[in-house]
Amino acid sequence: MMGYRSVSVTVASFWQHHVKRTIVAISALALTSSVAWATSDKPLQVVASFSILGDMVQQVGGEAVQVSAIVGAEGDAHSFEPRPSDTKALASAELVVMNGLEFEAWMPRLAQSAGYTGPQVIVSQGITPIAYQDQAHGSDHHGDHHDDHDHDHDHHGHQHGEFDPHAWQSLSNAVVYVNNIRDALIQARPAAAEQFHANAEAYLAQLRDLDQQLQAAFAALPAERRKVITSHDAFAYLGAEYNIEFIPLLGVSNLAEPSAQEIAGLIDRARTEGISAIFVENVVSPRLVEQVARETGAALGGVLYSDALAKSPHDADTYLGLIKWNTTKLLQALAP
Amino acid sequence: MWLYELLLAPFVEYGFMRRALAGSFALAAAAGPLGVFLVLRRMSLMGDAMAHAILPGVAVGFLTAGLSLGAMAIGGMITGLVVALLAGLVARVTPLREDASFAAFYLVSLGLGVLLVSLRGSNMDLIHVLFGTVLGLDDASLILVTSTSSIALLALAIIYRPLVLECLDPVFLRSEGRIGSWVHMVFLVLLVMTLVAGFQVLGTLMVVGIMMLPATAARFWVHSASSQMTLAALLGMVTSYMGLLASYHYNVPASPAIILAAGAVYFLSICVGPHGGLVHTAWQARARRQRLSHLSE
Repeated sequence: MMGYRSVSVTVASFWQHHVKRTIVAISALALTSSVAWATSDKPLQVVASFSILGDMVQQVGGEAVQVSAIVGAEGDAHSFEPRPSDTKALASAELVVMNGLEFEAWMPRLAQSAGYTGPQVIVSQGITPIAYQDQAHGSDHHGDHHDDHDHDHDHHGHQHGEFDPHAWQSLSNAVVYVNNIRDALIQARPAAAEQFHANAEAYLAQLRDLDQQLQAAFAALPAERRKVITSHDAFAYLGAEYNIEFIPLLGVSNLAEPSAQEIAGLIDRARTEGISAIFVENVVSPRLVEQVARETGAALGGVLYSDALAKSPHDADTYLGLIKWNTTKLLQALAP
Repeated sequence: MWLYELLLAPFVEYGFMRRALAGSFALAAAAGPLGVFLVLRRMSLMGDAMAHAILPGVAVGFLTAGLSLGAMAIGGMITGLVVALLAGLVARVTPLREDASFAAFYLVSLGLGVLLVSLRGSNMDLIHVLFGTVLGLDDASLILVTSTSSIALLALAIIYRPLVLECLDPVFLRSEGRIGSWVHMVFLVLLVMTLVAGFQVLGTLMVVGIMMLPATAARFWVHSASSQMTLAALLGMVTSYMGLLASYHYNVPASPAIILAAGAVYFLSICVGPHGGLVHTAWQARARRQRLSHLSE
C-alpha cells in the first residue's frame, strides 16, 4: 500500500521519465537484452477508478507499478466530484483500470478533460454479470426500479445500468479481475511480465484459498439463517456466491429516499421471515438502517465495506482484508 | 374499520411512523411561528440560505468528532449564527439590503463548507450523511428536536411583544432605544437553533418547507400575527400527518410528500382564503362594481 493515492508526478519528471524510457529502450535494443529493464526505471503509472481496484493492481504490479485511485478509501463512487489532482494523475497515467458495468459513468468525461488517450482496461470483462431484474425481491424490486429512475434525474454523475456493477464482492469474479489486470499490465510493460505473472499467481492462490475456506464456512449455515438487510444494493454477487439473501434498504442508489411503505414492508418481512442481522455500510448513512433494527429487534451486525476500502490502518484496507472483514461479520451474525 | 386502517393503523403498527409524527409535530410547533415572523420581515428565503450556510460548521464537527449529533449541531449553530449576525450587521451599517447580504454570506459559507469536506479526501455524500431523514429518528434526534422546539417557543413567547413591534414598525422601536437590534439577535438565535436541529433530524427540505409553507398559507386565513402563528403551527402538524400517510399508502418518499401536502394547503389558501384569496378578492371586486353601478343609476 506504499505510495497509495499519492501520485505527484510533476510535468518535469513526466518528461524526464519519458526521455529515460526512450534511452532505456534504445540501450535495450543495443544490447538486445530485455534484462535492461532495471530498478532504475520508473514504475508504471496506473490509475484505478476506485480504491478496491487500486489495491488489486498494487498486488499484481508490486514494485513495478505505482497506483493511484481516483475515488479513494471511504469514498463513494456513486457521488463523485473530480479534483484537479485526479486530472493530473490521469494525464500522467500510462494505464487506466476501471470496473466497467457502468460503475464509473464519470470516467469518459474525466479522461477526455485530462487528455488521456492511453489504454483503458475494463477488468470486469469475462465475468457473468447479474442483471438487476434477476434479483427482484417481490415488492422490493418495484422500489429499486423507482429509485433507479429517480437517480437518473440526479446530477450526481453516477448512473447504474442494466447490470449490477458490484462484481468485486465475489471472489471468483476477483480471479477474473486479477487475470485481466495481469494481462493489461504485461501489455503495458512487457519487460516486467515475469514479475507480474509471479505476483498474480501468488495473489490468485490467496484468493482461491480464501474462497475455499469461505465456501465451507457458509455451507455450514442452516437454511433459515441466510437473510440479512443491508443499506444499499451492493452484495448480490457475494450473496450468489455463498447463497445468502441480501435485502437492500435503499435499493440501487444511495441517494433516493425510501418511502414509509418500503420501510414498513421491510419491517414486516423481518418480522415474518426472520432476518438474522442488519448491516450498515461504510459509505451510507446508518440512521435508517438503525431505525429498522430498533423496530424489528434484529441484531445490528456492524459495518460492511461495499464500494470502498477502509482507511488504513484497518483490517479492511486491502481487497482481501475487505472480503475477510465482510464475511467474518456475516458469519458471526448468521451463526446459529 | 377501514378508516382505522387508513388513518391510524400505520402509526399503531410501526414505531418509526410514530417517531416521524412526533418529530415533525415538535418541529412544526416551533417552525410555524418562526416562519410567520420571517414572512412578516420579508426574509422568507432565509431558511434556504441557512441550510447551506451551516455546512462548514457541520463539516468541521463531522471531521473532528465523526458522526456525532452533538458536535455537528454545535458546529452548525456556530456557523449559522456567525452568518446570520454578520449578514444582519452588514445590512444595518451599509446600504446593502438584508437579503443581498445574506446571499453573499451564505454563498461564502457554502463554498467554505464544500472545501472543508473535500479537504479530508473522503467524498462521501455529506449532505446525505449529515442531514437526517424523517423516517430514521432515533432517541437522541427526537430529544434534540423536541427540546429545541420547546426552548424556541418559550423564548418566542417572552420576546413576542417587542418582536411584533419591530416587525411592523422597526423605525419606531429603534427610536425608542436600542431594544430593536437586541430583539432581532434573539430572534436570529432562535431561528438558527430551530433550523440546525431540524436539519440534523429531519433534513433540509423538510425543515424549510414546514417553516415557510404553513406560514405563508396562514396569512390568507387570519389577520393578527398571534392567530397566524397558531394556525401555521397547526397547519404544519396536519400536513406532516397527511404527508406521512401518503408516504405510507402510496409508496412515495416521506419528506417530499409532507412538503407537497403543505404545498397543496398553500395553493388552496391562495384560492379560497378569506384574507386576500383569489376567490374572495374576485367576489369583493364584483360586489364593488355592483355597488358602483347601483350608485350611477
